[in-house]
Amino acid sequence: MIDSMISSRVKKIKPSGIRRFFDIVTQMEDVISLGVGEPDFATPWHVREEAIYALEKGRTTYTSNSGLLELRQEISHYLSNRYNINYNPEDQVLVTVGASEAIDLAIRALIEPGDEVLIPEPSYVSYSPCVILAGGIPIAVPTTEKTDFRLAGVDLASCITDRSKILILPYPNNPTGAIMECHNLEEIAEILRKNDMLTISDEIYSELTYDLEHISIASLEGMYEKTLVINGFSKSFAMTGWRLGYAAGPPPLIDAMTKIHQYAIMCCPTISQYGAIEALRNGIDSVRRMQEEYDHCRKLMVHGFREMGLDCFEPKGAFYVFPCVKSLGMSSEEFCNRLLDDERVAVVPGNAFGDSGEGYIRCSYAYSMANLEEALTRISRFVTGIRAS
Amino acid sequence: MEQRILEILEQNSKITLEKMAIMLGVTQAALDEELNRLEANRTILGYHTVVDWEKTDRELVTALIEVKVTPQRGLGFDKIAERIYQYSEVTAVYLMSGGFDLTVVIEGKSMKDVALFVSQKLAPMDSVLSCATHFVLKKYKQNGVIFGPEEKDQRAAIWL
Repeated sequence: MIDSMISSRVKKIKPSGIRRFFDIVTQMEDVISLGVGEPDFATPWHVREEAIYALEKGRTTYTSNSGLLELRQEISHYLSNRYNINYNPEDQVLVTVGASEAIDLAIRALIEPGDEVLIPEPSYVSYSPCVILAGGIPIAVPTTEKTDFRLAGVDLASCITDRSKILILPYPNNPTGAIMECHNLEEIAEILRKNDMLTISDEIYSELTYDLEHISIASLEGMYEKTLVINGFSKSFAMTGWRLGYAAGPPPLIDAMTKIHQYAIMCCPTISQYGAIEALRNGIDSVRRMQEEYDHCRKLMVHGFREMGLDCFEPKGAFYVFPCVKSLGMSSEEFCNRLLDDERVAVVPGNAFGDSGEGYIRCSYAYSMANLEEALTRISRFVTGIRAS
Repeated sequence: MEQRILEILEQNSKITLEKMAIMLGVTQAALDEELNRLEANRTILGYHTVVDWEKTDRELVTALIEVKVTPQRGLGFDKIAERIYQYSEVTAVYLMSGGFDLTVVIEGKSMKDVALFVSQKLAPMDSVLSCATHFVLKKYKQNGVIFGPEEKDQRAAIWL
């Protein structure tokens, strides 16, 4: 009976095809995993300590729906200093339960039934379900290794219709590690300036780029008014469990999002917000240190996969490598299942992130060097075995 | 580059040249040359290991001694520091600001060993005015490394 009561929208969300694979991994013991999408660092101690002080002082009540003004001011400073985009903390910044909530809020605040949302793929898995739940239609815009998994103007243009309302811009990208350089963003902006679409720029990995600094599309001329910037503390400050992110953008959109947020969530965890203030005020050095360590791991991983004879695109952001396993004549899932069986190494099949991820595997390098080296040794042995058979 | 090399080595002096070159994105030859330079100009003074001696049978007592001395004309504290650091029991000597002049760290087999060193070697030195000896009871952290069991990775095996 209950089954028939579940809303058709929820039913429309397909259970992930690789759920079974995930279940197997979580039940196995002694698995060397490269499957995790979160930092291996604990949150810097000074941030944790500040949250402890907040608790000691009894900062345990609700905050304003939008988040502590002090935090919104720090976010505003940060975005201005780092990415040259200026937002009024009073009505242009909303503190959310992770970047995830911000994505959901923005989509719900904007979508009418039948509106189309363009989503470059491969990308993080939450955009499309959020769109479906809001009654919209997700449209995948495939990206390929040929364009370094960057969103190309022609590919974007070919997907735009009269119903296109939102472009999701998920860079630096999970799972590919791709970034958008200034000229890539300009190419996209050229198209977007000419129509009524809004861009939701998910910049959660913005602090984790290598060789090149992250650029927000909102900083490009004519894009500020039609972009919602989403970011958070999870990846840059190693604060995943604190569940804290934010959105910054045009006041009417922030206002609409705040309306949903105030009924669904009320406000973000107060203790997390005090921690976040400290992170923004004094945490940038820690971010730099972590970023440098990720960079070392990144180079080791790219080198490791190339040594095995696999094509491995050089990621310039996030903490994933996305090597191609097509040359072994295997699908992503087949590779992952057999690697798990034979060598007890868990990596994520690329098709979990959209059809265009087929033939690739996502390997996180947010692990200790020892863990990464052991994983590379095992994968190499596995690949050699496959080639020999 | 120089700073990155030093930071990596400070964390792990056991790292191979090959691996470090990959991590830094440079050739092994270039890295080797840079290391030779840093060794030659004594920026890199040694490659050491952090040992928890408590886990072994070796008897070891560490003491930190606050020493007040009379600086010598023209030589300052250097001459007396040199006389102190020549002893093999002395593992570290620092010139300090504040209430005393030198911090001397010494290691011995027993507290008696340490006491004898202070009373027979250190205290009688000409320029030494006073010594205050503090024994280390427990080491929590040294060279940035926390003593004790390693924390297990608490994260789930797969998370998108």
